[in-house]
Amino acid sequence: MITKLDVNSAASARGLTDITIRNLFILPTIAFLIIFNIFPLIYSLGSSFYDYSAASNQPAVFVGLQNYRDLLASPYIWSNFSITAKYVLVSVGGQVIVGFGIAVLLNRVIPFKGLITTLLLLPMMMSAAVVGLFWQLLYSPSWGPINYVFGLGDFPWLSDPTAALYAVAITDIWMWSPFVMLLSLAGLSAVPKHLYEAAAIDRASGWYTFSRITLPLVAPLLLIAIIFRTMEAFKTFDIAYVMSVQPTTELIAIRLYKLAFQEWQTGRSCALAYIMLIMVLAITNIYVKYLNQVKAR
Amino acid sequence: MAAVRTPAQRIRDRLAIVAVVVITIIMLAPIYWIASTAFKPRSLATTVPPTVFFTPEITPFIKLFTKRVQLLRPVDKQTYDAAPWWEKLVYDGGERVLKVGDQPQLSAYPNRFLNSLIIAVTSTFLAVAMGTITAYGFSRFRITGEPDLLFFILSTRMLPPVVVAIPMFLMYRQVGLVDTHIGLIILYTAFNLSFSVWLMKGFIDEIPKEYEEAALVDGYTRLRAFLTIVIPESATGIAATAVFCFITAWNEYAFALMMTNRNAQTAPPFIPAQLGSGLTDWTTIAAGSVLFLLPVALFTFLLRNHLLRGVTFGAIRK
Repeated sequence: MITKLDVNSAASARGLTDITIRNLFILPTIAFLIIFNIFPLIYSLGSSFYDYSAASNQPAVFVGLQNYRDLLASPYIWSNFSITAKYVLVSVGGQVIVGFGIAVLLNRVIPFKGLITTLLLLPMMMSAAVVGLFWQLLYSPSWGPINYVFGLGDFPWLSDPTAALYAVAITDIWMWSPFVMLLSLAGLSAVPKHLYEAAAIDRASGWYTFSRITLPLVAPLLLIAIIFRTMEAFKTFDIAYVMSVQPTTELIAIRLYKLAFQEWQTGRSCALAYIMLIMVLAITNIYVKYLNQVKAR
Repeated sequence: MAAVRTPAQRIRDRLAIVAVVVITIIMLAPIYWIASTAFKPRSLATTVPPTVFFTPEITPFIKLFTKRVQLLRPVDKQTYDAAPWWEKLVYDGGERVLKVGDQPQLSAYPNRFLNSLIIAVTSTFLAVAMGTITAYGFSRFRITGEPDLLFFILSTRMLPPVVVAIPMFLMYRQVGLVDTHIGLIILYTAFNLSFSVWLMKGFIDEIPKEYEEAALVDGYTRLRAFLTIVIPESATGIAATAVFCFITAWNEYAFALMMTNRNAQTAPPFIPAQLGSGLTDWTTIAAGSVLFLLPVALFTFLLRNHLLRGVTFGAIRK
């Protein structure tokens, strides 16, 4: 007879031990990620200390921190960073306002609510390349539907140096507001109904109810949405690259791509990649911390 | 149980419903525009004012799959009458289908679509298979430094594609994996693997441990308990994870742009690249986009109850 107490020893006698299973199940994934993510990053850390171009046959020359020094001293790179910062601010800000706004509107008894919610989520499931492509058509100065509907004449959305970044951000807001909406809806639906009833009995104003009951209870999920979208907006490549060729929309990821794959300054691009990587990892760290906090509740 | 609503609240509810309907229409308008352009005659795609009502036609889809040239003069009646229906549609648009012998020449689109399919399906299978067993490992066994390992796994997902692509390109060039299916499959598997581990861990955590313990007592090996109890119990989770991974790989643009150019090029870098080539035919581009977006739209409806969990890496379950 096998009693519950010797489950482990009995199992090991019959087949693989739990330790073996655990290692077999976990190690391949860890190894795969180390080989295809960490090893390349170590390789590029090495390259970042060299003056090296993958397109020429010249041997790599060790230059120490020169690439980093040059990059951080270059006004162009700082302008890429400031474009990126502006883009993140406008696009994430817009997503929070639109997404949270829709969620507040949706948070009541509405006919076909499930269907409407799913339809509203469609944009964020689509390919950014195709979305960017089609917004070019919508933004077309002479025959685009946007200028026609809003009566803007021939406004050159994507070829105007100032407007282009906002045009890309608007597309990003269209695509990702649903994400903020989804998380806000989850937060809103978790607010206990009796709190609202109590507030109603106390004749609390709409704003008071919203700022003292709704907002604090939705805040953790909204914060997760904001951090995640900030990280993604910071990394944005596809949508801006497809939509615009303006130097004023050259986000840091686009600069990195051009440095690496068009100018073939491999060593320097690896250094820029590392600067970007450190920033992304910092945001990831904050994100995971909040994710675990919400999970724990 | 609608608590007692005051008249003011009821009016506010009505207004909110109107606002929701208006917003939904605005949000869906761009998608409608893509879809409707795919069924327009070419002459109506770029009119002022924009054409909203028209007789739909499928010419753009026929043009999508064939190689064509502009007609210099109208075809003679004999050739036109002898042509099959789909070829007539192309003639009507002032173009001629290129042929080798009797066979129409295919455009690059079907090939790119197939590449997308092969690469997305294979990488999804690998990511979900590895992700499921790893998630089980994390869910059921004691692992030293578990939070750190899980953070490490998630952080690989957050790496900007361009950052990973530079060294990967150099390494792929050494071993001849640039512009190959395997090259992209490896990248997408790595990209989706972390997501798959996190999401599946959430699903497996929800299956009571007692199920397997009972099986172990009954003389099952750990492996058999995993295969016959945990896998069927988490079938929904596996399906949802697979669909998420598929959509990510299917939509991916940056890696595909940098790592492929012909042989293994997928649809996302191909579709926008058509813009520059000669006279832009938006109807054909729209037709290609619609076919490409269709699977994702279907999957979104299938996934609707798992979306929240998916976008938060399994952390929030509703």
